Amino acid sequence: MEKVKFYYLAPEELNKIFDYFKARGYKIAGPTVRDNAIVYDEIKSVNDLPLGWTDEQSPGSYRLKRRDDKALFGYVVGPHSWKKFLFPPILTLWEAKRENGKFKICESGYDGEKFVFVGVRACEISAILIQDKIFGGGQYAEPNYLKRRENVFIIAVNCNDPGNNCFCLSTGTGPKVLTGYDLVLTEVISEGKHYLIVEPGTEVGAEVLMSLDFREATPDEIEEAKKISGEAINKFKKEVDLDGVVEMLQSNYENPLWEKISEKCLTCANCTMVCPTCFCNTVEDVTDLTGQSAKRIRKWDSCFTLEFSYIHGGSLRYSTMSRYRQWMIHKLSTWKNQFGMLGCVGCGRCITWCPVGIDIVENVKLFRSDVLKFKT
Amino acid sequence: MELVEKELLTTIQNPMLPLTFQVRSRRQETKDTFTLEIEPVESGVEFKFLPGQFNMVYVFGVGEVPISISSDPNRWNRIAHTIRMVGVVTKAMGKLKKGDLLGIRGPFGSSWPIDRCSECDIVIVAGGIGLAPLRPAIYHILSNREKYNRVVLLYGARTPDDILYKNEIEKWRSRFDFEVYVTVDRGTTGWKGNVGVVTTLIPRAPFNPENTVAFVCGPEIMMRFTSLELLKRGVKEHNIFLSMERNMKCGIGLCGHCQFGPAFICKDGPVFSYSQIKDLIFKREI
Ligand SMILES: Cc1cc2nc3c(=O)[nH]c(=O)nc-3n(C[C@H](O)[C@H](O)[C@H](O)COP(=O)(O)OP(=O)(O)OC[C@H]3O[C@@H](n4cnc5c(N)ncnc54)[C@H](O)[C@@H]3O)c2cc1C
Ligand code: SF4
Ligand code: FES
Repeated sequence: MEKVKFYYLAPEELNKIFDYFKARGYKIAGPTVRDNAIVYDEIKSVNDLPLGWTDEQSPGSYRLKRRDDKALFGYVVGPHSWKKFLFPPILTLWEAKRENGKFKICESGYDGEKFVFVGVRACEISAILIQDKIFGGGQYAEPNYLKRRENVFIIAVNCNDPGNNCFCLSTGTGPKVLTGYDLVLTEVISEGKHYLIVEPGTEVGAEVLMSLDFREATPDEIEEAKKISGEAINKFKKEVDLDGVVEMLQSNYENPLWEKISEKCLTCANCTMVCPTCFCNTVEDVTDLTGQSAKRIRKWDSCFTLEFSYIHGGSLRYSTMSRYRQWMIHKLSTWKNQFGMLGCVGCGRCITWCPVGIDIVENVKLFRSDVLKFKT
Repeated sequence: MELVEKELLTTIQNPMLPLTFQVRSRRQETKDTFTLEIEPVESGVEFKFLPGQFNMVYVFGVGEVPISISSDPNRWNRIAHTIRMVGVVTKAMGKLKKGDLLGIRGPFGSSWPIDRCSECDIVIVAGGIGLAPLRPAIYHILSNREKYNRVVLLYGARTPDDILYKNEIEKWRSRFDFEVYVTVDRGTTGWKGNVGVVTTLIPRAPFNPENTVAFVCGPEIMMRFTSLELLKRGVKEHNIFLSMERNMKCGIGLCGHCQFGPAFICKDGPVFSYSQIKDLIFKREI
């Protein structure tokens, strides 16, 4: 790629990019306000973005609030993540029909949809890259995921204001977007000015910008954008030292602390549903009334359910403690053995959407102080 | 012998799509257990597997469960599954007859390291249906008998009526180069053999612990006690192999169900060396 150019966009000029892709058969997916939350859904234009909204988050709580400006991306992450597009919550994997004494199995699962993801945060790109590894990086690949993934154009956005439950600085996955994007936006609002600085990350991204006749950003504009996004790292309210956590957790399976930290857990599975990296799934085999056709449906599953670990004779993880332990050790420890990185990107969703406000960051801290105490 | 082999032998295009197989024969082994011999319907399919590997076996419209392959690894395309009827899917399998169809995805998972223990004594310890995944290893060992030293089978069943592969066991027992000991938890009238759990056979079994490789499969609790007995006799940790069982939905490391600490039992196992998993098998609810 040639030297990277930065472009200036007025907020509504994003529509030009949307139109470019719509004309090429893409759907635009982005954040939008629905039922008092910012969710990811198909959007038509910039006006569908949560203009002038922000979110207030704390353990077990999420609230939308009006901002005093018209920011397009002035919030962090909500209950949805991009995995719902790449790894749909419910998907028919194949259908089978009985035909003269045989059965014929036809692959289904992907109907050719193409998406532009708008407003993807640094932590979310990390989550996508993690799922790429899970579904495409091993001995067996998941073909539906890979086909969807190939047909996504990512417009990322740098986070200028991390939320109360964000800790991507500690997981090393944010707040600045460094990789995995086609275009990255920085939103600048200052002294009556409101614009986006756009930078391409791929050839395709560069071509799109070039073909749309945006003007190049001035050095001052670039400088201002860098300054604003650079300040984000000083605004974190949640931080945790994750050094050595992989080993610490795996050598503390039997620590009594597990009972304590999982005491309030309702095993509702919310944390796993909102998590952008959780990939566990189950399948249901169904048949029609005549018994002539059948299909296999894949659904998101959660290690918090009793059925998850069921084998003939009973569930292996019958206590709440063992299920919470499985989840947290997987996220912050065994994931590393399995895929080479942590399964946590610091987005804070599991903290916000836990009905009883269980906080994985606080739990790491409890473990740290307990294990240290034990050592000395 | 640290590593367990996990080669992929058949080329699978989409590992999520079953291949159609048909039942060639069905044989009742015990009251609740039967063996299906199956073969691919499509010509051109070459189904090879390693002893200890399993298939995801699908009954049309009912469901899919992991079942070990129990046939001779040298006979391709003539696959046997020995199945105990315990629930919805296995009971539906029990109703299949000659000519009926099944979906097969596989073979998946690691295998017994039979090629890496020539010149060793081999001790095979099986409990109940656990004999099924060991049978391919027995076939292989017996047809390459000269490669191994002593070969011993210790097999425990609940009652004499629960003993699998009865005729075959009699044949094995009559060989001079294969020591076969069978025990039952509860005897019935007429039973003249051993009574007691399979671990009680270990202290007296004829093998040289220093140079022994053990393959163990059965209920988890049986595998724990068997491992401890074998260690007590002096068998080395890295020479004991166990086949683990967990809920499995995909068989290929994509669904998360079979996790056992850092391992996916479906792709890192089901066969593990004792040294690989000893930290976890004695812990509860992992
Ligand atoms: C690697 C491996 C090899 C196996 N080999 C054999 C074999 O050779 N012969 C044999 O008879 N059985 C074997 N099993 C056990 C067999 O998979 C279960 O008996 C079977 O899944 C029970 O399904 P069901 O629908 O009949 O029972 P249900 O009790 O109705 O089970 C409902 C669901 O729970 C899950 N489940 C229940 N029990 C088990 C279990 N023990 N292991 C994994 N998932 C389970 C399945 O998804 C099943 O569909 C093996 C299991 C594993 C993991
Ligand atoms: S930790 Fe919270 S969100 Fe997760 S299962 Fe328990 S109660 Fe539900
Ligand atoms: S069975 Fe799905 S991950 Fe192992």
